[in-house]
Amino acid sequence: MRVAVVVFPGTNCEHDTIRALRNLGADADLVWHREDDLSEFDGAVLPGGFAHGDYLRTGAIARFSPVMTEVTRMAGEGRPVLGICNGFQILTEAGLLPGALIANRDLRFICRFVEVEVVDTGSVLTAAAEVGQRLWIPLNSYEGNWVDPSMAGRVILRYVDDPNGAQDRSAGIANQAGNVAGIMPHPERASERVLGSEDGNILLEGFISSLVTSK
Amino acid sequence: MKVTVNITRRPEIADPQGVAVERALRDLGYEGVSGVRIDRTVHLEIDGAATTEVEQKAIQMCEKLLANPVLEDFEVVVG
Repeated sequence: MRVAVVVFPGTNCEHDTIRALRNLGADADLVWHREDDLSEFDGAVLPGGFAHGDYLRTGAIARFSPVMTEVTRMAGEGRPVLGICNGFQILTEAGLLPGALIANRDLRFICRFVEVEVVDTGSVLTAAAEVGQRLWIPLNSYEGNWVDPSMAGRVILRYVDDPNGAQDRSAGIANQAGNVAGIMPHPERASERVLGSEDGNILLEGFISSLVTSK
Repeated sequence: MKVTVNITRRPEIADPQGVAVERALRDLGYEGVSGVRIDRTVHLEIDGAATTEVEQKAIQMCEKLLANPVLEDFEVVVG
């Protein structure tokens, strides 16, 4: 079971993400955004950062990188696709997840641990978690305020407090099938005791186990 | 041909930047200011002989890249 960790120009969380995935036993490899063949992979993760400088809108330019054609194919085939922070923004711009992410309500870059509650376990990200479970994970974003006028989003994780004004206090959402998920906090930054929390592993384990079942 | 694209956030979508600027204006003593919204303008030069052709190209660019249909409306002005 191989998972592609996609690197755009400006991505900066790929090494943390790949380390966290490998620590949990996943066969994960970095893939440059110009790659146009992901047939060797069973799933994809779009890590955090500032793809293409976040110019125009976060994720707006990244969604046209060649690799996104393959990510879109995988999403359509029901394979697990996960976007973390900037990766989440890219998935909304690509139309693989509903809504969009706008500037935080208080116009501050938020950089702190937040508590999120699992509200739906029917997604690749929450498959190993339990409804009501609370996780302690760092949030590091300026455009983390998720809005969805269509109300089509399936909320899978909700902030316990309301750090950024996101609609329905959404910290993570999924598509209706549950195989595409986006999360604004960083599970890979809560994956080892030395980081202050290992709660992110519950989410990453769910994602890794979904790679097997999607085959 | 010179083209100007005005991209505006839909009224139902919050504009935290506009809210902050409105608050700052109030702090400066300006009363009776409301509805502050910060929008984006893109200036382009597009090759083409006919205005309609250039306009159609610009509209396509907006639909694909320049505007996000979830959040924004756009207006194309040629010339």
